[in-house]
Amino acid sequence: MIYLKLLWEFAKIGLFSFGGGYAMIPMLQGVVTENSWLTLEQLADIIVIAEMTPGPIAVNTATFVGYKMGGLLGGIIATTGVALPSMLLIFLVSKLLIRYNRHPGKIMVFYGIRPVVLGMIMAAAFVIAKTALFTKETVAVFTGLFKNPVHTVSIGAVVILVLALISQLRFKLNPILTIVLGGFTGILFYHVF
Amino acid sequence: MKKTSFKYLLEIFALFFKIGSFTFGGGFAMIPMIEKEVIEKKGWVKKEELMDIFAVSQTVPGAIAINTATCIGVKLAGRIGAVFATAGIILPSLIIITLIASLFTTLEAGPVINAAMEGIQPVVVALIVTAAVRMWKTTINDVVGVLIAIVTVVLITVFDVSAIVMILLGALTGMVINRFFPDKAKKIVKKELSE
Repeated sequence: MIYLKLLWEFAKIGLFSFGGGYAMIPMLQGVVTENSWLTLEQLADIIVIAEMTPGPIAVNTATFVGYKMGGLLGGIIATTGVALPSMLLIFLVSKLLIRYNRHPGKIMVFYGIRPVVLGMIMAAAFVIAKTALFTKETVAVFTGLFKNPVHTVSIGAVVILVLALISQLRFKLNPILTIVLGGFTGILFYHVF
Repeated sequence: MKKTSFKYLLEIFALFFKIGSFTFGGGFAMIPMIEKEVIEKKGWVKKEELMDIFAVSQTVPGAIAINTATCIGVKLAGRIGAVFATAGIILPSLIIITLIASLFTTLEAGPVINAAMEGIQPVVVALIVTAAVRMWKTTINDVVGVLIAIVTVVLITVFDVSAIVMILLGALTGMVINRFFPDKAKKIVKKELSE
């Protein structure tokens, strides 16, 4: 029964992937090759598509694999599978958090965690900036910056970054509008010219 | 818990459908949208609460975007609210990916899409930086907070420490202060309870 198998395998991935969509890629590789659902090359293509389309990478990949194996229903079932474990865990955790909301221990634990979450958000910006702003691999970035700065940093990307930052911090432009504008600017910069 | 009329649930669903349609580059990219739509426009969640929601989303396994939607859904309308919020965040990708999987036999993006993506990526960086700048004010109240944030950035970007380990370290720091610096802990707890 392919549907049950999809539900089970993707629920396992959802349950054991800590740290978001990228963390589940190694598990995905194991699952699709063990069941001979896809080759690693096909999976790599799917991950690229998952990154380029909106939505969580975990969901995109689950939908794609599920669709390939069991059509529309397969896609829905695989996606449900990947979302279900964390949903049930959150039901549990939120119940506890509400109960101990004003407990000093809980307050101190979150006092320590909140700056970590902020740090993780800043780290995420760094990681995406690495691929968004530089034209070379990370290792080559440092040597390239000294030898040939113009060809190491993507000038267009830096211009878009600065404009987007101003639009957000100064003018509080709607984020969705900013994303759409960024897409059009990209087409102008990299395709038309 | 607020009213859980079907209209309210549909409103939750529609909001997360909108956010899911524009979340490029992982769960963190949705923060500015949540700030704009859920906090500013609807006033459903307080700014300080968002940090705790993200803390839970990071600690629980699974995709951050889904976890965040589930957490906010639970907060707004209990479990049924979580189901509607999660369905909303998932559905755009489900539709788009199913269309791509059924329409295209080869998985190569055209030059126009690639160019658009190159323009969107720096915007995503700007959105996340903006989120961090705005959250700094509500999150960091003292030197300890600044230190924890900096150490986190270094441990993740340089040493590749995983998210769950970082969260546990943060929790441990809070517990250590609570145990060994009771005076400081008392002040923090008092301030938090008075807000």
